Amino acid sequence: MGDINTAMAEQYRNDFLKEVEANVEDGQWVKMCMQCGVCSGSCPLGPAWEHPPQEIFMMIRAGRRDEVLKSESMWMCTSCYNCIVRCPRELPITHIMHGLANYAHRLGLAPKMNPTRRFAKKFWNNLAKTGRVNEIELSVGLYFMDGFKTGIARAWAMKDIGIGMLKAKRLNPFGFVTHKGCKDKKGIQRMLKKAREIEDRRKGFAA
Amino acid sequence: MARKEYSFYPGCSSERLTSASNYMVSVEAMCKKLDVQLNEIPDWNCCGASIGYAEGGELPRHVMNARNLAISEQVNKGQDVVATCAACWLGARETKDRLAHDSDLLAETNEALREAGMNLQYKGEQEVRHMVEVLIEDLGYDELKKPVVKSLEGIKFAGYVGCQTNRPFGIVGESFENPKYLDKLVEIVGGEPVEKYDQKVTCCGGALAFSEPEKSQAQIKKIIESAYDHGAEMIVTPCPVCQMNVEVYQGQINKRYGTKFNMPVTYYSQLMAVAYGGSAKDAGLDGQIIRARKLEEIAAKGAR
Repeated sequence: MGDINTAMAEQYRNDFLKEVEANVEDGQWVKMCMQCGVCSGSCPLGPAWEHPPQEIFMMIRAGRRDEVLKSESMWMCTSCYNCIVRCPRELPITHIMHGLANYAHRLGLAPKMNPTRRFAKKFWNNLAKTGRVNEIELSVGLYFMDGFKTGIARAWAMKDIGIGMLKAKRLNPFGFVTHKGCKDKKGIQRMLKKAREIEDRRKGFAA
Repeated sequence: MARKEYSFYPGCSSERLTSASNYMVSVEAMCKKLDVQLNEIPDWNCCGASIGYAEGGELPRHVMNARNLAISEQVNKGQDVVATCAACWLGARETKDRLAHDSDLLAETNEALREAGMNLQYKGEQEVRHMVEVLIEDLGYDELKKPVVKSLEGIKFAGYVGCQTNRPFGIVGESFENPKYLDKLVEIVGGEPVEKYDQKVTCCGGALAFSEPEKSQAQIKKIIESAYDHGAEMIVTPCPVCQMNVEVYQGQINKRYGTKFNMPVTYYSQLMAVAYGGSAKDAGLDGQIIRARKLEEIAAKGAR
């Protein structure tokens, strides 16, 4: 991963905007931002962003590559789409933030311990395994991702919710074994592998 | 033959023993009374949800949605695709929009699709709609009122629309800032909507309820607090993530903030299932963690 990062930085030397336009989902929109700040004011987690969206857009244009890609900011996006519907220039801001976070993650620059990055990775791997989400495996996997001891503590903190869900028959205690997922699991896995290959080729990630 | 037929995309949280299985139960009861037939897309897969972006990237997410739509085109010919889950609808519809405007992405999608079984090719023939759209646009409020046999009179509901049923696509004719359809649905079943519910379209934190619990619970607190402030006895929502987040974290919020929240959070389809004469079980009310007692009482009574 580190090598791909170096290669990208070399290729787009001094022009981070060009790099974003080429490799980030909807990146070609970044230059359209007029710095009004409506996105930042509309974000439900606005105050938690070290650099709110309009600042990120300006930083991209200013070539502050490391600061942008290593930032926790984009990982605060809840996918509420407030910024998208309110942006006077109709920038697909939510998608750009997702795209930046994904790009930083792929380059290995995203903050390693960011909880949303870790959750998102687990979520995708969970659904990609059988084609459908296995909720019990996902939640238990999340509690125990930092080892057994912290896992027990987290599971204990969540026990009332877990018991409530079990009683309401909205959680399958045997889901580890009984979750079936899609019939065409193998086909879905092949399909996703192919999609990743194509995308990697297009975005220059391919080795 | 049923009055209306749709190609149905239920989604992961609708399966038996999952987080929104009660939503599914009530949708089945509601559709039966409305004579709407839902033909499940065979072997459908996850939409990737919003949070899938980080690891999934762009094309793999679109390919997942395109697989469902391609199966639907092949099996449920000539029908619109309908999703009950906000995220499923958003994901599928976003893919449809993207592929309609990007022929390279479409070609890449179909190249990947060929790796899956069933000899699939995505053409983009079918519309992708949310259940609420279908109810309002294809049936209309008058038709939705006809099967009502029990009024939910005397219950005040805070209509919590949330994010993804509302943005970025939303329901045609509704505003992003103050959509009215949920309040209208409450009215047709005889309930009283909170007119000035100011947290109607506030974000519950979505997937960040898992990863950033403090920040999300601050959001959820606002949503519930405003419902109480306006005299609501229940919250009603069209979204499985909203329902779960707003219902299940009330205990933790009470501990964190010293509040005494105990507010039932229901689905529009549960209200309709009860008003249409269904039992508490038909309406999935046994799936509430915070029991919706007033609805249960009405469901237990004989029809007028």
